[in-house]
This record gives sequence, C-alpha cells and structure tokens, in this order.
Amino acid sequence: MSTKSDLSRFLRWDVAVGILLVAVFATGAGTTEGFATTGNLSFALNDIAEVAIIALPMTLLVVAGEIDLSVASMLGLASAVSGKLWESGWAFETIVPVVLAIGVVGGLLNGWLVTRVGLPSLAVTIGTLTLYRGLASVALGSNAVTDFPETYARWTSDTNTVLGFLPYPFALFIVLAAVTGVVLHATGFGRSLFATGAQEEAAYFSGIRVKRIKLLLFVLTGLLSAFAGIVFTLRYGSARADNGQGFEMLVIASVLLGGVDFDGGKGTLGGAIAGVLLIGLLKNLLILNDVANEVQVIVTGLLLVASVLTPRVIAAALERRHRRAAAAV
Amino acid sequence: MTATVEQPTAPPGARKVTARSLTETVFRVREISIAGCLVLLVLGTWAANHRFLSEQGIKDLLLNASILILLAVGQSVVVLTRNIDLSVGSVVGLSAFACGKFVSGTDRNAVLALLLGIGVGALCGLVSGLLVSFGRVPSLVVTLGMLYIIQGTDYWWAHGQQINAADVPASVLDLGSGSVLGVPYLALIAVAVLAAASYYLRSYRGGRELYAIGSSPEAARLAGIPIRRRILAAYVFSGAVAGFAGALWLARFGTVVADNAHGWELTVVSAVVVGGVAITGGTGSVWGAALGALLLTTVGSVLVVLKVDSFWQSAITGALLLAAISVDRIVTLRMTSALRKRNARHVHQV
Repeated sequence: MSTKSDLSRFLRWDVAVGILLVAVFATGAGTTEGFATTGNLSFALNDIAEVAIIALPMTLLVVAGEIDLSVASMLGLASAVSGKLWESGWAFETIVPVVLAIGVVGGLLNGWLVTRVGLPSLAVTIGTLTLYRGLASVALGSNAVTDFPETYARWTSDTNTVLGFLPYPFALFIVLAAVTGVVLHATGFGRSLFATGAQEEAAYFSGIRVKRIKLLLFVLTGLLSAFAGIVFTLRYGSARADNGQGFEMLVIASVLLGGVDFDGGKGTLGGAIAGVLLIGLLKNLLILNDVANEVQVIVTGLLLVASVLTPRVIAAALERRHRRAAAAV
Repeated sequence: MTATVEQPTAPPGARKVTARSLTETVFRVREISIAGCLVLLVLGTWAANHRFLSEQGIKDLLLNASILILLAVGQSVVVLTRNIDLSVGSVVGLSAFACGKFVSGTDRNAVLALLLGIGVGALCGLVSGLLVSFGRVPSLVVTLGMLYIIQGTDYWWAHGQQINAADVPASVLDLGSGSVLGVPYLALIAVAVLAAASYYLRSYRGGRELYAIGSSPEAARLAGIPIRRRILAAYVFSGAVAGFAGALWLARFGTVVADNAHGWELTVVSAVVVGGVAITGGTGSVWGAALGALLLTTVGSVLVVLKVDSFWQSAITGALLLAAISVDRIVTLRMTSALRKRNARHVHQV
C-alpha cells in the first residue's frame, strides 16, 4: 500500500517536471562548456524574468478556472507608455506608478467583463489582447525610445547581481514567488481558488465570493504584466509598442507545462515555476549548442503536448493494471 | 408536402409554436444584427468616400475576406464542439510553403497544389484531433503545442527561403487573381465551402451531433453519440480547410515566406466569436462566423479608406470585438428572461 502511494506521489507531474529540470541542468553541465557558469546562469535567469513574473498571477488565474491572453499586450502597452512619458520629460519615479495604474485599469476591464457581464475569459482577453496592443501602438506608433539613463537600466542588467549570481529582476521574482506560494498553498484564500476552479457553483454556495476573487486575480495579473513591461523596457533599454509580442503563449505554455490543469482546480505553484525554468534553461542550452531557433520552437511544442498527454497515459495505464489486479482477485 | 406544412395549430400546440418562432427569430437576429452592422459600416464609408464601393474596391474586399472566411468556417466547426484549434495560422503557413515548394519552377497544375494543401492541413488536423479526442486532453493546450510544432517545422524546412511569384506557375496565380463576372474565384470558393459546411451542419445527423456534443458532452455521451469520432472529424475538417486556405494564400500572393499567417489563429477566433458562435460550444452558425470574418476585414479596409491612422486599427478592432460579444451577451440575457416571463404568463392563463 505504501509503495503504491509513494509511486503515485512520484508520478505527480509537477514533481516529474522538477526532476526533468534537474536532468536538463545536469546534462547541460556535463556536456556543454560554459553552461554551468554563474555568468551564463545569471543571463539565462534574467532572460526569463518577465515570463516568470507574469506566470505567477497566471497560475492563480488558471487554478481558479480562468485565463488571461492579454498579458503580453499589457506588457507592450506598459512599455510604450513608459517610453512616451519618458520622451515627454517625465521623471521615471512618476512614470512607474502611472504605468502600474494602467495595468490595474486593464485588469479591471478584463475582470469586469468576465465577472459582471458574464463573458468567457478566453473571448474577453482575445479582445483586450488586440485592444491593449492597439493602444500601445497608438501611444508610441512605430517609434522606439531608447535613451533611458544608465542608473535605471543598470538595475536590470544580468551582470549586476544579488549574492553574486541573481540578477535583480529574478531576485524580485523569487520574493514575489514566495509570497504567491504562501498565499496559494497555505491560506484560506488559496484554498478558495482551488475550490472555485474545481466547482464554481459549489464554491459559491459554500460562501466563497467567486466573482470578487476572480476580479481581484485579473487586476493582479494586469498589475504584474504592467510591471513586467517596465522591467522588459529597462532590460532591453528600448520601449516599443510591439515589445513582448507572443509572450502570452509562452507564459501559458510554461504554466501548463508545470502541471497546472487548464480546466482549473489542480496544480502547484512549484510546478509552474519548474515549467518556466525548464523552458528557460532548455532554450539557453539549445542556444549554447547552436541548435537552430526553429528546433527550439518545436521542442517547446513537443514538451507542451507531452505535458498534458503523459499524465493521462500513465493514469490510464495504472487504472488498467489496477482493474486487471482486481479482476484476478 | 404542402399538407404537412398546413397541418398544425391545435390550441395547446399553438402556444408552443409562437414561443419557438420567437426563439428562432432571436437566433436569426444574431446573424441579422451582424449583417446590419456590416451594411451600416459599408454605407457610412461609401457616403464618406465613394471610391469604397467601386468595382475594384469591392473586389479587394472580397479577396481580403475570402481566406479568413474559410478559416472561420473550419474554426467554428471545432468551436461548436466546445473545443478550439489554435494551430490554424501555422497550418496555413506550412501548407502555403509546401505548395509553393511543390509548384515553384514547374508547370504543375493548380488542382494538384490545392490537393496537396488540403492533404497537409488534414494531416495536421488529424494529429491535433487524435490528441484531443483519444488522448482526452484540453484542446487549448494541445493545439497551442501543435502551433509551436507546426510553426517550428515550417521555419526549419523553409530555412529563411522564400517562394517568389516569378517561380509560381500561371495556372496557380490565375486562381488567386481571376474572376467570373467580376466575382473573384477565391470568393466563390469561400462561399461554396461555407454553403456546404452550413448544409451539413443543418441537415445531416453528423452535423447536428456536433451541436449536441458542444451543448452537453455528458448528454451526448448518454445519447450514444460517437463523441470521439465526431471531434476527430471536426479537427480534420478544420485542418483540411486551413491547408486549403494555405494553398489559396500561395495563389493569391505568389510570394510565400515561413511566417505567413503568423498570429492569425487569434484573428480567426475573434471572427468566430464576433459571428456569434459561443466559445463554450453548442450555438452559432458558420454563416455567422463568415459574417464575423467579413466584418473584421471590412473594418480594416474602412480604416484605410477613411485614412484613419493605421496605429489605431488594432485598438478599434479590439474595442469592436469586446462591444460585439458584450452586446450579444446582454441581448441574449434580456431575451431569455423575457421569454421566461412570457411562458410563465401563458402557463398561468392556462
């Protein structure tokens, strides 16, 4: 009996992704020169900082049974507005709260349309994906603003680190991840997210304020996407309306790869983070080995398909064996 | 035949008939309201700039809309079953390149190219469909994965290469630019596929079952509908149509690079949603989806004609999309509650 429960714990997908992550790291360190150096790892971690930051609220949303496709457009809008305001002479200290407020408003719009009007989040956020990206190009056109001062840009550089290897954006991600992890897995609020995702009606009738919670999650996602927009802008030293185009797919791929169930109600933040890191490290490893960009794209796709297919195949196989054993008795 | 039409109207049945015809009107109104928006938009733009409705203007509009309409038809068949196919954009890209590779520098027939396109697309659809229906995994994740896999394969194969119009045989290019009595071939093809899909969904058992699956998978299963086979078929159809659209893309533009139709999946889903096909499955029609596609394309052309700054285009499209789905939702809610009140009153009187 105990061996079986150990086995099923081992077969949990998020644990498997964690093991895969370690395997990729070990393979990289063993086969690829320059992979396991602090310089390279700092670079690799910094390179996924924005995706990682947005993946945190996205995990909460998916657990609660919703999705937000507008995150990358919000990143672009935040970047474009930062650039526009900087160009017109605003101080960076004023730009940041303004941009974060835009993120909150964008999240409120998503959340309002989903919870009050009662529209499916997939349809709503395809609309706001188009809208926010459009507003970004209205704000900045096809210009790029690049003259951000060294004092701010330095903060996001991968050579400027905490503890010798953690770039600031990624260190910040770790802090946010710790808070999110505690909220999701150790508080009543976190449990109510799982309840909402698993059975919304039942959650509602057991006194969970389902709509208010979802609205809050959309606002949080908007806020952190806007914040990721500021980080992205400083890291590349370039504000453009098309910054982060296509990131929404990458964020969702990472979260789902980490075993968060798209149907809601299941998943762990650790799994989602392992998913983000796996995609990031694999990409870095493939680049170091001069593997073409096209192959990286294919690998991401295969991983994603495998991530949803494997647990079901294993579950089906276990069930069949179980049934056969029961029949034999 | 006429006898059966004139037959009904027993008193208790009469109430049922009026209630049903009202519901039917509501559903018909959905498509009528999109068509109404479209007409207003076109007339308004025409008033501002008469060149918009010139022969060339209309032709351009139809050409631009045709490929999106085809994709919207394929997508709505999948969405009806409460699934989604995010891989269509990359299927168009792959199929356009495959067809380009196949015909470039030769004088191969256009029909062969079209068949190849359909084959490539159907194969992609088959893989997605098998994973969704027999692997029983969420379609959003599977088709997002397929998007990456197909796109990567396309890039890897094309390797920065480009197919040029000069190498594409005339028979293929004629298909993209030719017309009958002023109506482009592409538009005729789109309408033919649309009519066929609509007829099948409306009048064949398999088509009705797609609606049943989307409305209530559990009920469909209990009713003995072969859910897996139907969903698989929907994906193969969506893939085949996307592949076909890829071949037509080659015919239309002649020039093909690896990232053709990159990102189109979301435009297609937008068109379907604007057209009143519920993303939660079970309701909507391919005509609505096609009108949605036509509306989105027209908005794009109108902004150009009215010389609206091109930077505004995406913002306006997004706002319209949100407005369309919100209004649709609010009207449906109003109608449902009105119907309920009406029926309650009738019951009371009886």
